[in-house]
Amino acid sequence: MKILVCISHVPDTTSKINFTDGDTKFDTNGVQFVINPNDEFGLTRAMWFKEKQGASVDVVNVGGAETEPTLRKALAIGADAAIRVNTPATDGFAVAKQLAKVVSDGGYDLVIAGRESIDYNGAMVPGMLAGMIGANFVTNCISLEVDGTSAKAVREIDGGKETVSTSLPLVIGGQKGLVEESDLRIPNMRGIMMARKKPLTVVEPAEVSNETKAVSFEKPAPKGAVKLVDADNIDELVSLLHNEAKVI
Amino acid sequence: MSILVYTESENGKLKKTALEVVSYAKAVADQMGSSVTAVAINAEQAETLGNYGASKVLLVNDDSLKSFDAKKYAAVINEAAKSEDAKVVVVSSSADSKYLAPLLAVGLNAGYVSNVVAAPSNVSPFTVKRSAFTNKAFANTEITTDVKIVGLSNNSFGIVESAGSASVEDFSPSVPDSGVSVESVDKATDKVSIADAEVVVSGGRGLKGPENWGMIEELAEVLGAATACSKPVSDLGWRPHSEHVGQTGKPVASNLYIAIGISGAIQHLAGINSSKVKVVVNTDPEAPFFKAADYGVVGDAFEVVPKLIEKLKAFKAANA
Repeated sequence: MKILVCISHVPDTTSKINFTDGDTKFDTNGVQFVINPNDEFGLTRAMWFKEKQGASVDVVNVGGAETEPTLRKALAIGADAAIRVNTPATDGFAVAKQLAKVVSDGGYDLVIAGRESIDYNGAMVPGMLAGMIGANFVTNCISLEVDGTSAKAVREIDGGKETVSTSLPLVIGGQKGLVEESDLRIPNMRGIMMARKKPLTVVEPAEVSNETKAVSFEKPAPKGAVKLVDADNIDELVSLLHNEAKVI
Repeated sequence: MSILVYTESENGKLKKTALEVVSYAKAVADQMGSSVTAVAINAEQAETLGNYGASKVLLVNDDSLKSFDAKKYAAVINEAAKSEDAKVVVVSSSADSKYLAPLLAVGLNAGYVSNVVAAPSNVSPFTVKRSAFTNKAFANTEITTDVKIVGLSNNSFGIVESAGSASVEDFSPSVPDSGVSVESVDKATDKVSIADAEVVVSGGRGLKGPENWGMIEELAEVLGAATACSKPVSDLGWRPHSEHVGQTGKPVASNLYIAIGISGAIQHLAGINSSKVKVVVNTDPEAPFFKAADYGVVGDAFEVVPKLIEKLKAFKAANA
C-alpha cells in the first residue's frame, strides 16, 4: 500500500496570534511551527500501517522553504520520503489542486490528511482532493482499518459516531482517535539523523487559480472584566444569568 | 438566479440549524436582490421554511437517501443549484454539512468559505467574515468564483422570522452510487450533542476523577445542556474523546458555556471562544479562565455545583 500523508505547517497551539502589514498577513515573528495536530494523528496511524501491514509512507506539504523543518520532523518520526510543492498555501481549493497532482503522479492508494488545520480551519482540503481525484472520502475519522483494498472507518458525527465500509483509493480527514495522544511519537536522535538523509523532493506547482482570498484579518474585541459572584451567593449567579445575560 | 440553502433534517424533522441557514440565506438574498430556494431531503413540514425567508422548497423524497451520504447529498444539492441557477449556496457547520461542502465545491467549481460568522460585508466583491486560528481571529475573505458556497457557523447569525410563504415542489435528482456505506450508527438519542446544544456544561481536572461526573451530568440535565470536558480529562480517559472541546477537539458555539474546574489553557479557551456567555467555577482565582469568562465563582466545585443545581431547580420550578 502506498500512503501519502498531507502535512500542514501550523503555529503551535500556544501561539499568540497577531497580524502584520496592515492586518493582511499572519505575523510569524516569535511563532513556533509544528505539524498540524490532526495530521500528526494520521501520520502516526500511517506508521502503524507501515510497521504492521507493510506500506510506504510519503509526506507532502504545499508551502515555501520555511516549512521544510516540519517535513523533516515527519521524516524523523518515520516517513520514507517527503515532497514539498513550492508555492504558498493561500486557499484550500488551490492546495487541493496541487495535492491532486501529487497523488495522481505518485499513484497513492490511501491519502491521510487532517480533518482541518488549526490555523485557517477550512476543513476542505481532504474533501476537495477526494472530489478531484474521484476517490472515496471519510472525514472526522477516528478509526481506520485497511484489509487489502477494503477499508473500515469510524466517523465522528454530531452526538455520536458512525461506522462505514469503503475501499481504496481513499482519502481520510483524520483527527484524534486515529491513534491515541499517548501513541504520538517524539523523534529520537536516530530518527533525526536518518531524516537528514531521506529524500525531500521539491516540485514546482501546477498552475492553478485561487477561488477565495483572505483580504484582511482582525482579532476579537477585548472582553470586559469578569463579574465575580460569591460562592455563598449562588442565587445571584442564577439571577445574573436570567436577567442580565438572558441565557436561562 | 437565486440563493440556494441546504436545510438539514433528522428523522424527518427540520433541524434548528436549518432555520438559521434559511434566515441567513434570506439576508444574503435581500442584499443581492434575489430570492431563497431551500433544498430539503426527506423532511416533513418543509413549507414552514417560508416563515424564515424561503420562497420555494425543493423537496426530495427518496428512500435511498435515508441515511446521510456525503457524495449523494452533495450531488442532490449540486443538481438543485444548477436547476435554480444559484449564485450562492448556504450550508450549516454540522458534521454532515462540513463533510459534503468540499465535494459540492468541486462539483460546482465554487469557492467555499467555512465558519462564516456574519452576513456578507459586501456582495461585490463577495466578502464574508469567518473565524480562523480556532476563534483567536477573524478573516475577511473574498470569494471570487461565479458560484459561491458559504458554510455558516452554528449559532452565529440566529433565527430570524420573516413574513412570507414557501411553495413546495417535488425534486427528483439523479443520485450517484457511493463508495462509502454506513454499517452502523452509534448515537445517544436522549442526549443533546455539543454541536446542537444551547448550553454546554464542561468539567476539567479540578473534578479529581471520573467518579465525580455525576454532578456535572445532573447540572447538564437541569439546564438541558450537553456535557463536555477539557483535553487532560479526555487524555486521562475520564471521559470519551467525543466530549473533548478545545483547539484539537470540538469547537463550542453555545449560548452559555459553564466550565467547572477548568483552568483555561489557551487551547481550551480558543475552542470555546465563540460561546456567547461563559461562566467559570474554580478554586484558583488566578486561573486564566477568569480573564475569558463573563461570570466567575471562586470556590470549590464540590460545594458550588450542588448549590447551583439546587438554585437552578428552584428557579425552573418558579418559572415553569
